[in-house]
Amino acid sequence: MSSSIVGQAVTRIDGRLKVTGQAAYGVEHRIQNVAHGVGVSSTIANGRIVRIDTSEAEKMPGVLAILHHGNFDRMYRPAGSLEEMSRPGESRPPFEDENVYYYGQFVALVIANTFEQAQDAASHVRVQYEAKRPFVRLEQVPAPNKSPDTQSSRGNAEAALQQGPVKLDATYVTPVETHNPMEMHGTIAAWEGDKLTLYETTQGVVNHHNVASQVLGMPPESIHIVSPFVGSGFGCKLFPWPHSWLAAAGARHVKRPVKVAVPRTLMFTTVGHRPLVQQHVRLAATQDGKLVAMMNDVLQHTSVVDEYLENCVDATSMLYSCPNVKAQQYEVPLNVGTPTPMRGPGRTPALFALESAMDELAIKLNMDPLELRLRNYAEKDESSGKPWSSKHLRDAYQKGAERFGWSKRNPKVGSMRKGNEILGWGMATCTWPCHAAGADVRVRLLSDGSAHASCATQDIGTGTYTVFAEIVSDKTGLPVEKVKVALGDSSLPPGPTSGGSAATASVVPAISKATENAIQAVIKAASKAPQGPFHGIDPKQLKMTQGRIHIVDKSPDSGVPFQEILASQHLVGLDGKATSGREHRSYPGDPGPEREKYSIHSFGAHFCEVAFDPEIVRLRVTRWLSVIDGGRIINQKTARNQILGAVVMGIGMGMLEETVYDPRTGHPINNNFADYMVAVNADVPEMECIFLDYPDTVLNEYGARGIGEIGLTGCASAITSATYHATGIRVRELPIRIEKLLASA
Amino acid sequence: MQAFQYKKANDVDGAIGAGSTAGLKFVAGGTTLIDLMKLNVERPTMVMDINSLPLTKIEKTADGGLRIGAMVRNSDLAHDLTVQKGYPVLSQALLSGASPQLRNMASTGGNLLQRTRCYYFRDTAYPCNKRNPGSGCSAIDGYNRIHAVLGTSEHCIATHPSDMAVAMVALEASVQVKGSNGERTVPLKDFYFVPGSTPNRENVLAPGELIMSVTLPRLADGTRSYYLKRRDRASYEFALASAAVVAQMQGRRFQRIRIALGGVGTKPWRSTEAETVLESHEASAQNFRKASEAALSGAKAMHDNAFKIELAKRTLVRALTVVTSAA
Ligand SMILES: Cc1cc2nc3c(=O)[nH]c(=O)nc-3n(C[C@H](O)[C@H](O)[C@H](O)COP(=O)(O)OP(=O)(O)OC[C@H]3O[C@@H](n4cnc5c(N)ncnc54)[C@H](O)[C@@H]3O)c2cc1C
Ligand code: SF4
Repeated sequence: MSSSIVGQAVTRIDGRLKVTGQAAYGVEHRIQNVAHGVGVSSTIANGRIVRIDTSEAEKMPGVLAILHHGNFDRMYRPAGSLEEMSRPGESRPPFEDENVYYYGQFVALVIANTFEQAQDAASHVRVQYEAKRPFVRLEQVPAPNKSPDTQSSRGNAEAALQQGPVKLDATYVTPVETHNPMEMHGTIAAWEGDKLTLYETTQGVVNHHNVASQVLGMPPESIHIVSPFVGSGFGCKLFPWPHSWLAAAGARHVKRPVKVAVPRTLMFTTVGHRPLVQQHVRLAATQDGKLVAMMNDVLQHTSVVDEYLENCVDATSMLYSCPNVKAQQYEVPLNVGTPTPMRGPGRTPALFALESAMDELAIKLNMDPLELRLRNYAEKDESSGKPWSSKHLRDAYQKGAERFGWSKRNPKVGSMRKGNEILGWGMATCTWPCHAAGADVRVRLLSDGSAHASCATQDIGTGTYTVFAEIVSDKTGLPVEKVKVALGDSSLPPGPTSGGSAATASVVPAISKATENAIQAVIKAASKAPQGPFHGIDPKQLKMTQGRIHIVDKSPDSGVPFQEILASQHLVGLDGKATSGREHRSYPGDPGPEREKYSIHSFGAHFCEVAFDPEIVRLRVTRWLSVIDGGRIINQKTARNQILGAVVMGIGMGMLEETVYDPRTGHPINNNFADYMVAVNADVPEMECIFLDYPDTVLNEYGARGIGEIGLTGCASAITSATYHATGIRVRELPIRIEKLLASA
Repeated sequence: MQAFQYKKANDVDGAIGAGSTAGLKFVAGGTTLIDLMKLNVERPTMVMDINSLPLTKIEKTADGGLRIGAMVRNSDLAHDLTVQKGYPVLSQALLSGASPQLRNMASTGGNLLQRTRCYYFRDTAYPCNKRNPGSGCSAIDGYNRIHAVLGTSEHCIATHPSDMAVAMVALEASVQVKGSNGERTVPLKDFYFVPGSTPNRENVLAPGELIMSVTLPRLADGTRSYYLKRRDRASYEFALASAAVVAQMQGRRFQRIRIALGGVGTKPWRSTEAETVLESHEASAQNFRKASEAALSGAKAMHDNAFKIELAKRTLVRALTVVTSAA
């Protein structure tokens, strides 16, 4: 596969459509006669609706209907964890009753001819509430008095902690973060008789389809989900949210297509967020830096209506070698919308705490923080006892340290300078568990010399279209431009949710196998074609190279282009289909269910430099290097894009991002892009990303693992560790803010 | 947004003539007004578009100052060569504000009249004395990290968020306004009110009065100026603290100095206290610190914004350091 397109830097096949504005995103589909739905959302976070007065709004121009709990169609709760691929974002259907659980919950929907009319009328719906005191901060509620929601332990951590000669005891807090993808949520619902089409922006077409069928109480074949382009999601589009059902019910009610676009302000309330996580970490180590005990007591919030686990326990128990570990985690319900996975869920807050704690421990031990990691290197996954499928973290540390110049780091706080500024260097480990889900893929080789691949999975901006084209191209020898790809449509063969960095690893084996099957079909046709050059030749003696069918031990030039074989048989094309999934052997030598014998994770290391101007308390990240052991890289360009994008998000997480709830109302008051700070270009330094590129063939033939999330894990602690190195101030509660650094100089 | 009538003003008199209409608002770049209309905070019944008015010139005045038309866009003003050379503090302030796209739209008059970014002012679900007089102030007991520490009252603690106006106050600019009663000139330092018990009254403009231009006085040769803005991220954020300094030196001594602070005051904050400390005194680290202490001596911290006091002092010290060390 040396000349293979796989692994090169391939330009996105949908790039042109996107930059020329031709790619239609969720609410951009042009639907005839569409009416507009604008939500009225609650201005209390806990209580009930006493009265909704729509009399004034109803009389306003263009208003078609106003829906609320008093006049709304019955809806059902989805199966959730009782079934595969049936998970909602929020399990409570909209307008189920008069109760209000969080600020910004939909309490009514105004439908009008134009968006402006709907918007205006929505502001004239009068809602009277009976408000109770909201609980929106962990410190407002009592400590949980129940058994942990998840836990892991080995050895006797409590006892070992007592004896460990060097100890660390610290609490770390990651605040609520809001995903804020560029493209906001939105749905267009269109009925044709009793058939419904939902134009969506979703990370999970198949899941959305299943949940819609359950919530709306309709047979699956009556629902069609369309989501060809997604302006990113970062997790908030994994599972469906109430506005989708509002659009469906609204359209049925007014007998016209209805568009409901979620405004930026409600992106902060009704489509999920990363919950606040508080971690009490205790470590004990020998004088020479060997961990003897690790404990992590984790507290996080969820909503009143749903359970949601931001799992920090798993990372605590697998990252380092340590005989005595105890981690337990509790969820506490608050009056906020239901949290949902946000890029690197669990690992990202977990690694902020763990990697910060390791840095602090290294300082106590007077040891280089990288050396401390090496002394506690996990040679196997000690939480499960399984061997790693492929782990090259040591390599990542070493390559990173060399490239960054880590050996020149003077560990003394504030000792490194550049002009008037103090430099700080920090590093952290990153990791992400690898999964692969099932995928069905169809590949058709066509008589015009092209190929067509299809799957219901979606491209959320990460380059999935291009991955399909690359694999088909690799197997057939067709140029990428000759491969058409259809994704993001529930009428196509079912494919995985784009989450957990699993999409690539899930679809790749199925694309590969489906392409091979299509090639075999053409070969069969060739050996059967009465007049053809291969008539009667055993298909095993034939293969396809550079788009030509030829005899195995002859050159491709001696063969015939596959389209000629199809044409000679009057065939428009031949299909190959394939299914991949954990339970399948999808390629020769695939360990199949044996895979369960391994612990499959990606690893890597971040190195970061900050510059601090103490007089004006100005801190900026000035240099970044990530070295990633993420399996085989299918496309250098899109992979690099994922890691660098994640690091930009990490700079935001470390230094800027925090959703602030007003404790009196439960209202996220910085609910817009001027007040909720994400990193802007000026905050982003020179960044470098190196892929180790070791294929992990336990996972699939290409050895590809997902790389969408790993880049964010560890970032924030690399920054706070660098910040400590520069300032002497350890920020344990993100984000780093001017007020926290003021004390330093 | 509530429905409104839209009219285009073809000349200044036409705009002013409509001035007495109740519920009238002029729209220039619209980056403040339209934003707040969408939030139902501004609810004009008539919007008068002043974009065609011939107020787009930047021209020298007879006495060597500079007159800036009210419709000069922030981008054009920031990149004007006369401004960059003669009044760098103004160019720097403008370029530190908003984003290129916003600056291309934003006008000089509109920038002076932009409204506060107080979260509670911008959300009609909250009581707010500025938006709804007498209803109370939600920020005083709320989240007030971005709020003011100078010029506050028990009725309002909102900042005036403009960067440009801070530089202009330090430049001792004046504003030419025209209404049905004729034209008048108001020194910018007297243009804004502190909130007191009427935070809804923000400036001296009478209903329907139009800002025609802003005039900068001529600066003595060799005058140096500098604007420094501090905020969380490196760009595209309002000031948490900023300082504009305009100084005329005689050797190491300040012959004349004007200082204004942003991000900390309920209006663009001219600090005569700091000026007094420095004028005819030596440029020294010690004096800079003394001046910054004087500038913030009246500051009052709220629950979340105490850091602004120290941050503003340091920002001023740095601005003074830079301005006095420039070649
Ligand atoms: C996301 C965002 C970030 C921003 N960041 C910054 C920042 O960092 N620093 C900063 O300083 N600013 C910032 N701004 C504010 C921006 O500078 C102002 O919105 C802009 O200057 C207003 O000018 P405009 O012409 O668009 O005003 P408009 O919105 O048209 O008008 C504003 C007000 O002025 C009135 N008005 C306009 N012209 C006249 C006139 N000639 N006579 C009388 N009345 C008039 C209008 O009636 C209205 O009440 C930001 C704005 C946004 C939206
Ligand atoms: S600070 Fe001023 S603008 Fe903000 S809520 Fe209080 S009164 Fe309103």
